[in-house]
Formats: sequence, C-alpha cells, structure tokens
Amino acid sequence: MKNRRNRILAAPYVGWMAVFVVIPLFLVVLYAFGFDSKEGFTLGNFTQIHQYAGIFANSFVLALFATAICLLLGYPAAYFLAREVPAVRRLATIIIMLPMWMNFLLRTYSWMSLLENTGLINRFLRAIHFFDLFGPEKGYFTMINTPGAVVLGMVYNFLPFMILPIFSVIDKIDNRVIEAAQDLGADSVTVFSRIIFPLSLPGVLSGITMVFIPSVSTFVISKLLGGGKTILLGDLIDMQFYGSTYNPHLGSAISLVMMVLVMAAMALMNRFGAGEEEAMLF
Amino acid sequence: MKQRRIGSRVFNLLILLFLYAPIFVLIAFSFNATKSRSVWAGFSLQWYEKLFSDSRILDALWTTLLVSVLAAALATVLGTMAAIGFYSMRRRMRGVCMTINNIPMTNADIITGVSLMLLFSFAIVSFNATLGQLLGITFRMGFATLLLAHITFNVPYVILSVMPKLRQLDPNVYEAAQDLGATGWQAFWKVILPEIMPGVVNGALIAFTMSIDDFVISYFTAGSRVSTLSMEIYSMARKRISPEINALSTLLFVSVLLLLVIINIRQFRQEKAKARKDAVLRSNP
Repeated sequence: MKNRRNRILAAPYVGWMAVFVVIPLFLVVLYAFGFDSKEGFTLGNFTQIHQYAGIFANSFVLALFATAICLLLGYPAAYFLAREVPAVRRLATIIIMLPMWMNFLLRTYSWMSLLENTGLINRFLRAIHFFDLFGPEKGYFTMINTPGAVVLGMVYNFLPFMILPIFSVIDKIDNRVIEAAQDLGADSVTVFSRIIFPLSLPGVLSGITMVFIPSVSTFVISKLLGGGKTILLGDLIDMQFYGSTYNPHLGSAISLVMMVLVMAAMALMNRFGAGEEEAMLF
Repeated sequence: MKQRRIGSRVFNLLILLFLYAPIFVLIAFSFNATKSRSVWAGFSLQWYEKLFSDSRILDALWTTLLVSVLAAALATVLGTMAAIGFYSMRRRMRGVCMTINNIPMTNADIITGVSLMLLFSFAIVSFNATLGQLLGITFRMGFATLLLAHITFNVPYVILSVMPKLRQLDPNVYEAAQDLGATGWQAFWKVILPEIMPGVVNGALIAFTMSIDDFVISYFTAGSRVSTLSMEIYSMARKRISPEINALSTLLFVSVLLLLVIINIRQFRQEKAKARKDAVLRSNP
C-alpha cells in the first residue's frame, strides 16, 4: 500500500489546501498590511491596535479563567470516569458528547433563561426564601450580563473538550504499570503523582488547547451572556467585518496579532509538556 | 474504596447535571403554553404545530442538512484519497502536508471564517469586475461558498480518522492481493477499503457533526442570501428566540438519541453473539 504511485491521490487535496487554507491566511496577512486599501502598504493597522490592549487583556484573562476551571472540573471527572466499570466507560464518550448535538447557540441561550434576574435560578432561590434569609435585599442575584456569566458560558460549552482527551489518555494507561508501582510499594498518592498524572499530560495539554483557543476567540458567548458589556477579541473582529465600524484591514491585523499570541502561548505550554505527542479527541 | 466510589460518582453526576441542565430547560420550554422562556404556563404542543408551517425555519433546516450531507460526503472522498496519498509520501513531505492539514483544526474558528471570507470576497469582486462583466454574470456569496468552507474544515477530521487505520494495515496484504492477480484498483476496493472502512465511516460522521453544529465559519462565508439553522438562531437570539426553535432542537436531539441507542444495542448484540460463538468453538474444537 505504501506505493509511491499512490502519492498522486493526495494531489486534489494538496491543491485544495493551497487555495482554501494557505492563500486565505496569506490574504489575512496582506490585508493587515493594507493590501487592497486606499492607502496601499501601511503599518497603520498595527499601530492602531494598542487602543485595544484592554480587550486583548480581557479576552486572555477570561479565557484563562475558563480553561483553569475546565481543568479543575474536567480532570477529576475524566479520572473518576476512567476508573468506572466497563459498561459506564463504554457510554462515557457518548454521554459527554451528546449535549454537543444540541445547537451550541441554543444551549447558550438556554443559560439566559436560567441566569436572568427573573430567571429560573433566581425564582427557585426566591421560592425557598433564600433571599429573605441571606439577602441581597433586591431579591435576586445579578448573574446575566456579567463577566462571570461569560466565563460560565465558556466552561459550559468547552468542558467536554477538556474531559474527553484526558479520559481517553487515562483510559489507555496499562493497568499493569499501576500494579507494578503498587507492588514496588507506592501508595495511592505516589501512584497518581508519579505514574498516572505524568502519563495523562498529553491529554491535559490537548484539553487546554481545545478549551483555550475557542474561549479566547468567541463572540457568541460574550454577546449572549455578556449582554454586549463584556467585549472580547471575537466581538472586536466581528465588528470590523460585519459591524458599523466596517474595516477588514484592521480586522485582519487584529486577527493576525491574536493568532500569533495564541500560537506563542500554545508553543510555550507545549514546551513545558516536554514535546509529548498531542492526544487526539477522536 | 467503596466510599471513594460514591464520592466520585456524586462528583460526576453533578458534572452531568451541569452539562444537561440547560438542555432539559430547553426541552421543557418547547412544551410551554406561552412564549416565555422562564415562566411555565402549562403544557401545549402549539410550537410543534407552528414549526411545520414556518417556512423560514424549515428553509434554514434544509440548507443546514443539505450543506452538511454534501460537505461530509465530498470531504470523506477527498480526505480518504488524501490520507492514502499522504501515507505513501516520504516522511518529510508527509510532515509538511500534515502540518498544513492541521491548520484549520488548531486555528480559532473565527480566523478560518474571516480568512475564507477575505478569499471569497476578493475572488468574487475580481471575477465580477473582469470576466463576469464580459459574460454578464455576477457572483455573490451563497450556498457555493458555504459548501466550499464546510468541506475545507471537514477534510482534516476525515484524514485524522483514516490515518491510524492505514498505519494499522498489514503492509503485505496489498501485495498479497496483487500476487494473487488483483489489479491495483481491485486490491484497493476489495482489500484495503474494507480494512480502513471503520475510519472512513467515523470520519464521515465527525465531518457531518461538525457541519451541523458550525456557526462561526458559516456566519462569515454564507453571505446574506442563505442561512443555516445556527445563523437563524443567532439572528433571533439577539431579540428573543421563538419556542419553535426549542421544538425543532428537541426533535433533532431525540432523533440523535434514538440513533445512538440503536447503534449501541446493535453493537452490544453483535459482541454478545460473537462471544457466544467463540465459547461454542472453544467447547467443541
């Protein structure tokens, strides 16, 4: 099968990649430098970006929070799941993937009805007289349209992407390795810290990547749950292409800077992971 | 040991509750008697009735299904061919191709969407100003650009799911088939394809799922004339989503659930039958 002649089968897709992957990215770079604009070649789009430093910082901080929470919730969940009986383990992937079959905009929208001032959570708390006992006096928690709600939306939407790769890596750890460690006198803490955790690191790294990248670039979650008060990088880019401030050149420059920053962050993180091969979700 | 089990199960149940709570809310309010999204006013099926006469939503559903099926099918063919091609390449060449192949998956969706939008609008504007003017044709973004974009982000998933199957392949079977007189083409259809089929099917399913669920890339590449279900929901969500959408999602969700249950029961039965057969074979050799 490893026949050199078969290389020709890749030709259509290599052409496809050139046109629909490489050229578009190249266009982003060109547009960022003012290609196809009135001014011609310019660095102006990059010098303008410093005004948006706050939005950059906001996006990275919120995405970091979301990633950290996903890791804190997702690692134990994946670890406990991997030690379940085989029948549960078999279904684990399906049970975690199933919510993704409901449109993600709708799932996010559904959080609005839970978090609103007159939403289900506040109604429930009022029904059990929570506010009479503990306050606040206004009789509800302000949850929607806050940065907290945006982080919640990120955690909710991307938690499966943290659990699944970690689960699939832990699930594949050879049980004999753990038994060998126990035979050699390791207690359960040592087994976890010296065997299971290091072996699960590839899953953790790919989980972090798969949560952080969509979080830092989202514009849907911030629009629906942040009520337009929390402006993130995604919103900023969206505005340059569809909004009132139409300016694809600035939009390209922001996209380019975001891409470079994200790649640098991921490269840095993978360095700490000591070149482990990334675990795949599927 | 037992107690720890209970603790871990409670933790995982809470995680599941967190993942499923909004979905239950969504399903429950599809049966609500009023338009409210947080006040229950009694049971009714009116949103299901209205759904089937709402041409806007049905059009969007049709666009979504059509683009997902077409994109998944074309991406599966293109991706399977590419996986075999990549597999036959020299190591360094393969590395370069796989790196480029990974770009749409590791990049943020918004970047893929924006970059494709720039390509399409640049190509369309250039075409309309030159050749289009000569021939009297004007192009606009629409279903075609949407489909191209979907194929582009689907192929990498197909390749990644076919590649491991190719690696597991015994390198000798292909040659054995040829030694027995099969042409290269026959050897591929009769020997190789059945072996890598699970990977191909898996890739097609992932591609279909990705297409159905996509919003961001469609949003930037579909133009203003066609819209997918996600785009329709997005434009509604900024005002108020009609519970008809809840009804539609409930129907889609239930059909996926049924499909998964059927597939799993079938798999379980097959495994059981196989185990029984093995047991019988072992007892009377």
